[in-house]
Amino acid sequence: MITEEIRQEIQKRLKKYANEKSAVMDALRIVQRAGGGNITKADMEEIARIVGVNPVAVNAVAAFYTMYNYGKPVGRYHIQVCRNISCALLDAERIIEHLEKRLKMRTGETTRDSRFTLSTVECLGSCGTAPMMQINDDYYENLTPERVDEILDGLE
Amino acid sequence: MEKVLLKNIDRPDAHRIDAYMRYGGYRAVKKALARGRDELIQLIKDSGLRGRGGAGFPAGLKWSFVPHDPTIQKYLCCNADEGEPGTFKDRGIMDNDPHLLLEGMMIASYAIGASVAYIYIRGEFAFGARRLQAAIDEAYDKGYLGKKIFGSDFSLDIFIHKGMGAYICGEETALLESIEGLRGQPRKKPPFPALAGLYGKPTVINNVETLSCIPAIVEKGVDWFKSMGPEKSPGPKLFCVSGHVKKPGLYELPMGTTIRDLVYNHCGGIRGDRKLKALIPGGVSAPMLTSEDLDTPLDFDSVAAKGSMLGSGAVIVMDENTCIPRVAYITNRFFSHESCGKCTPCREGTHWLTEVLRRIEYGDGRTGDVELMEKLCTNIFGRTFCPLGDGAVMALRGAFKNFREEFIYHITHKRCMVS
Ligand SMILES: Cc1cc2nc3c(=O)[nH]c(=O)nc-3n(C[C@H](O)[C@H](O)[C@H](O)COP(=O)(O)O)c2cc1C
Ligand code: SF4
Ligand code: FES
Repeated sequence: MITEEIRQEIQKRLKKYANEKSAVMDALRIVQRAGGGNITKADMEEIARIVGVNPVAVNAVAAFYTMYNYGKPVGRYHIQVCRNISCALLDAERIIEHLEKRLKMRTGETTRDSRFTLSTVECLGSCGTAPMMQINDDYYENLTPERVDEILDGLE
Repeated sequence: MEKVLLKNIDRPDAHRIDAYMRYGGYRAVKKALARGRDELIQLIKDSGLRGRGGAGFPAGLKWSFVPHDPTIQKYLCCNADEGEPGTFKDRGIMDNDPHLLLEGMMIASYAIGASVAYIYIRGEFAFGARRLQAAIDEAYDKGYLGKKIFGSDFSLDIFIHKGMGAYICGEETALLESIEGLRGQPRKKPPFPALAGLYGKPTVINNVETLSCIPAIVEKGVDWFKSMGPEKSPGPKLFCVSGHVKKPGLYELPMGTTIRDLVYNHCGGIRGDRKLKALIPGGVSAPMLTSEDLDTPLDFDSVAAKGSMLGSGAVIVMDENTCIPRVAYITNRFFSHESCGKCTPCREGTHWLTEVLRRIEYGDGRTGDVELMEKLCTNIFGRTFCPLGDGAVMALRGAFKNFREEFIYHITHKRCMVS
């Protein structure tokens, strides 16, 4: 649901650009955040109206960029472990296995209580402190299984 | 070497405007605004500064392509997409010293006559984006952004545009599509962005590190800048070292520092004092080098002479226990995942390469798979719409060139040659 507050937030973004269509990306991100990480079809239609584009164009953008979760809802904590080369060289595989064991789930799944989603992602630009993962907005670096346990224990 | 790009890295308050100014910041932009635009462009040309985003294109020359007509709207776009695996340098600048980038952008915008500038930052860099936005807000409060900045006739607005997870948006024309609110797929060139870029207007796209070099060049001059590194690739350079070294991290050193010096001196050598097997000098699109190339200077031309590229300055180090087919698999899986789907050779080709590499990695390789992949490479190379597809091929060919027998071993023995 797009509240009046969110609508105003989006309308502010329109002013950044010579063509308001540019604000589609911001709008989708704002709505996804407000929706606890998810975007609905109704949201996209509303965004299309606010920004002034065809809903098909909004859909195309939501489907193209991997950080939009349209059609793939995520849990309250979205754990994303880097699987790219620098992390792989320092055994990111071990971190992924540890997370799967501890959360009793496979990569790509969400726990039944919608608390956690576990994904693997490509390089997050933190290769000097590999292996690493991101939980929602935050980076966690130089991971070991013990460190992963501490981090998960620290989440409310 | 005196640090230029990382001079404020150990100053935890440098992201605040007052501290940044106490450390000498925002002096260069005032100097620049007192000069003519052509004079500034000539200065950057004379400095020999080459783009740090990957291609090494001369920055001043790029600026000079922008038409002079003051009635045409022009744009500057800072490329902060930082997607090349192994790279984490722009993040270092934006997280710790955001005003350095803003100052560089102010000078560049003034020189090309742009009144609006965007920072295209990858969506995952939430911390950096917050830091940058706070820095932009501080600059507006002081009158350093907005109308008639520093009391001059020059006005500038800077906005952040967040990417949302697409490596291809680092390619400059895909980046422009993305700012326009579209899927990030590359455009046909020509026309080049300097003539028809964002919203069809003249646009300069420069990398974060390139723009962050500008204030010091204005302050200290061309001779100082050229005193670092080789004649044709001068200046300071950020190296992102990752993989099997004792001290991975971000290093600022003169262009032309040798691989040996970087790996064995600055990074303390290989973990466990093992042997170095291979090294990627410029992000995963760059073909790998071996222990025989240790004395290669890390600058654009020297690395190119070895058949690879300096790229983004991401140095990925692999010790003797590294399985090269596995590295090739991970790398190609990345390219296949990130192919934007616009052209068939790249979309289909990287997909099939990844499938073949996957079966080799998991012990199902078939005789002739290397030759099959070589054929696939031939069908991709030179036939793709943008350099992503070529990058995938060059990286794989680099692995075959030095480690072909390892692929054959993996296929026949169904396991790694190492460990
Ligand atoms: C597939 C691909 C990805 C790229 N990714 C980036 C990137 O993440 N950051 C960047 O600065 N340049 C990237 N580039 C290079 C840009 O297209 C462009 O050359 C660069 O931003 C120009 O800035 P510079 O001249 O200051 O280096 C990429 C190029 C390609 C083909
Ligand atoms: S080479 Fe790949 S990334 Fe580039 S346009 Fe073609 S499909 Fe897209
Ligand atoms: S390879 Fe994992 S953060 Fe770059």
